[in-house]
Amino acid sequence: MWYYEKKLQYPVKVSQCNPMLAKYLIEQYGGADGELSAALRYLNQRYTIPDKVVGLLNDIGTEEFAHLEMIATMVYKLTKDATPEQLEAAGLGAHFVNHDHALFYHNAAGSPWTATYIQAKGDPIADLYEDIAAEEKARATYQWIIDLSDDPFINDSLKFLREREIVHSQRFHEAVEILKEERDRKKIF
Amino acid sequence: MSQSALPESYYQLLEKIQAVDFVLVDLTLYLDTHPDDLDAIKQFNQASYESKQLKAEFESKFGPLMQFGGSFSNYPWDWKNAPWPWQV
Amino acid sequence: MNFTLVKCYTPYISPLDPCKPILKKCYSTPPNLYLNFQPTNLEQYPTAREALFRGTLWPFLYDPYYLKREEA
Repeated sequence: MWYYEKKLQYPVKVSQCNPMLAKYLIEQYGGADGELSAALRYLNQRYTIPDKVVGLLNDIGTEEFAHLEMIATMVYKLTKDATPEQLEAAGLGAHFVNHDHALFYHNAAGSPWTATYIQAKGDPIADLYEDIAAEEKARATYQWIIDLSDDPFINDSLKFLREREIVHSQRFHEAVEILKEERDRKKIF
Repeated sequence: MSQSALPESYYQLLEKIQAVDFVLVDLTLYLDTHPDDLDAIKQFNQASYESKQLKAEFESKFGPLMQFGGSFSNYPWDWKNAPWPWQV
Repeated sequence: MNFTLVKCYTPYISPLDPCKPILKKCYSTPPNLYLNFQPTNLEQYPTAREALFRGTLWPFLYDPYYLKREEA
């Protein structure tokens, strides 16, 4: 089971009301390479991955939920108390008529989240290579959002999240190496 | 009715917890692929101890951080009180 | 560390390209690509606070992102 902790993993601050930036950030909330996809992908794959790397998938999947909460916090703060006119000007008029200020699991273009974003092949190498690719794609998405954003506080949090993709990719590469080890042969560092 | 804003000490203490807990997250992932690294395990246990100390101090001032039994409760039940992490 | 975190190239520019051409294009090659299996006792940031704000415990794995803004 999981325990909720009443804190964010990393401080999230927002400079100003900016619904346009929220519209882009939602890509990492309900998009193909977003944090929801990441969390569900790893936590689902862990049932059929070799025991030696189950812990890693379990723990990275858990950290992804903390990242999802950070993204949600940014979207929430960027749009909180924005008027319908402000939302419309930011291209969120269609979102407003369907969801008001509520968050929704969709990408920046409005496509709803779908399980087809994530794969579970049952083959450990196929699954770990998908995970590595997912981390690189999420890293790239953070880069392009940082390029579009001029909010220094948001960019600080996004750079933290981008860095975490790099660390996760490192660990998934190590997981592949662990699965390549010959049986009963001790790893030499 | 609006609630009074949190004091600056809330953010300072929270940041200390976030820092120590971040070390614990990063070391957890590292140890998942390096289970025999004794130095890292010693560092992990030391950080875990520091985290528990900081959280005890935080909870005495600002209420429980975890529930389902992860934290003790005050009277009345204050776990459900705002602000939540995305609101602060 | 004898490697760079950004690689650049000069793409072919056609005289018929409609947008103002970007003469040099760059992409990220983050540090984990150069680490292989992380060795034990890799140097760490001196404080937990610095590790938090870098997003990693190990300076080797830190990649400050400034690809587009600096290069464009």
